[in-house]
Amino acid sequence: MSAEDTPTSPSGEGLRQSPLQAEHEALGASFTDFGGWWMPVRYSSDLAEHRAVREAAGLFDISHMGEIFVRGAGAAAFLDYALAGRLSAVAVGRAKYTMILAEDGGIIDDLVVYRLADEEFLIIANAGNRRVVADEISARIAGFDATFEDASERFALIALQGPAAAAILASTPGIDAPGLDELRNYAWTDALFRGVPLFVARTGYTGEDGFELLVDAQHAADLWRALLAAGAERGLVPAGLAARDTLRLEAGMPLYGHELARDIFPSQAGLGRVVAADKGDFVGARTLDERPGERLLVGLTMDGRRAGRAGYGVYRGDALVGEITSGALSPTLGHPIALAYVEHDAADAADLTIDVRGTRIPAHPTTLPFYRRKK
Amino acid sequence: MTDLNALLYTPEHEWIRIDDDIATIGITDYAADQLGDVVYVDLPQAGAAVTAGQVMGEIESTKSVSELYAPVDGTVVEVNEAVDADPDTVNASPFEDAWLVKVRLSGAPAGLLDRAAYTALTGAEA
Repeated sequence: MSAEDTPTSPSGEGLRQSPLQAEHEALGASFTDFGGWWMPVRYSSDLAEHRAVREAAGLFDISHMGEIFVRGAGAAAFLDYALAGRLSAVAVGRAKYTMILAEDGGIIDDLVVYRLADEEFLIIANAGNRRVVADEISARIAGFDATFEDASERFALIALQGPAAAAILASTPGIDAPGLDELRNYAWTDALFRGVPLFVARTGYTGEDGFELLVDAQHAADLWRALLAAGAERGLVPAGLAARDTLRLEAGMPLYGHELARDIFPSQAGLGRVVAADKGDFVGARTLDERPGERLLVGLTMDGRRAGRAGYGVYRGDALVGEITSGALSPTLGHPIALAYVEHDAADAADLTIDVRGTRIPAHPTTLPFYRRKK
Repeated sequence: MTDLNALLYTPEHEWIRIDDDIATIGITDYAADQLGDVVYVDLPQAGAAVTAGQVMGEIESTKSVSELYAPVDGTVVEVNEAVDADPDTVNASPFEDAWLVKVRLSGAPAGLLDRAAYTALTGAEA
């Protein structure tokens, strides 16, 4: 037996560790290199963790994500210029999914930005891109009445995701989060955990209801344990990157390095709406240029149980018309799903096939997401 | 329970139990743990000839695809249909319920490891 891509490597030497590393080890996690971090890939079983998030709740350590604060009287105007969205229109207390684009419109990273105050924003960047995002922010901020701080070292970020997430958060001893029931999706509130500040946002990356909790790194282990203990009776389990990947794929959410990359434009990824075209000058405005013939991101479903994986070719007859960027057997749906970039005129073709290691398997374009939670 | 010391192993993480001229083949618990949840197993048909060191099938988990190598020369005489129906048996019971194929040996097996040698190998990898 030899794995195509081994899920774990022998050691985490030279990689950064989360403030929760000791918790993960105590829980028996397997680890993997993810964006330069030594992160838990699973604790028990990918499928069990995936199902727990769909049916109850899962707890994820996402401390590898970057936290960058932007502050100042010109912060909103700066972010309107530096990022793809219109951040000045985001109300205090709310959040927005956006991107940072290169001059030519290519995607440098996808981001969630929280408006903390009139003159203060928090940017959450992907682990592997945190430095390049910070560097771009630094380069673009000249001339604006704004400052930025890469505070990634100071914080831990924990995601509590699943239909039971709200009940678990409300019942965790030590957490004082008033107004949790009324907290809307893509909104945040200030809370306390045993007297220390806790930032609670109703956001996530799994397609379920859930929260992302930002806390000072030195309190992260206590918070992690408190949540796991309080949530156990409601089915909460710790969940790793493997479950996170199949959950986000079912939810049709792109992953940087797979669906999003420096040579991909938002419109190709089906994310043209993220770009506020009419907001005036901003970095990446050229993304709006006509790009005839570009490959488009599509969702594909397949019959049977053999999944197409990242890098596998998509064919129409004998012609190679695309490539899978993420693929898995959907644990929730029971059949394979994939995201793929395909030629424009093949994006809704009824006669596509995937080459799964020498066997052509029919693939059916479908609207995203593959899975949508019941409201 | 299977006596793991009575089995033979390959560096590719297959286990082999030899009864007269029949070799029963599966993958080890170490391999199953490394793979994660197994969701699909592609095995050779009964009657197929297999050659030691050559690919005879595939094991697919939620995150990866692995090739399954034949550890011995011979002819497949039986395939475990239960694993085809429930691939997660490979994770749950790699040494017992999830045997994969039985092969009638056409020659003496070579290059297989005993338990101590295999444990030393995986211990070094873990």
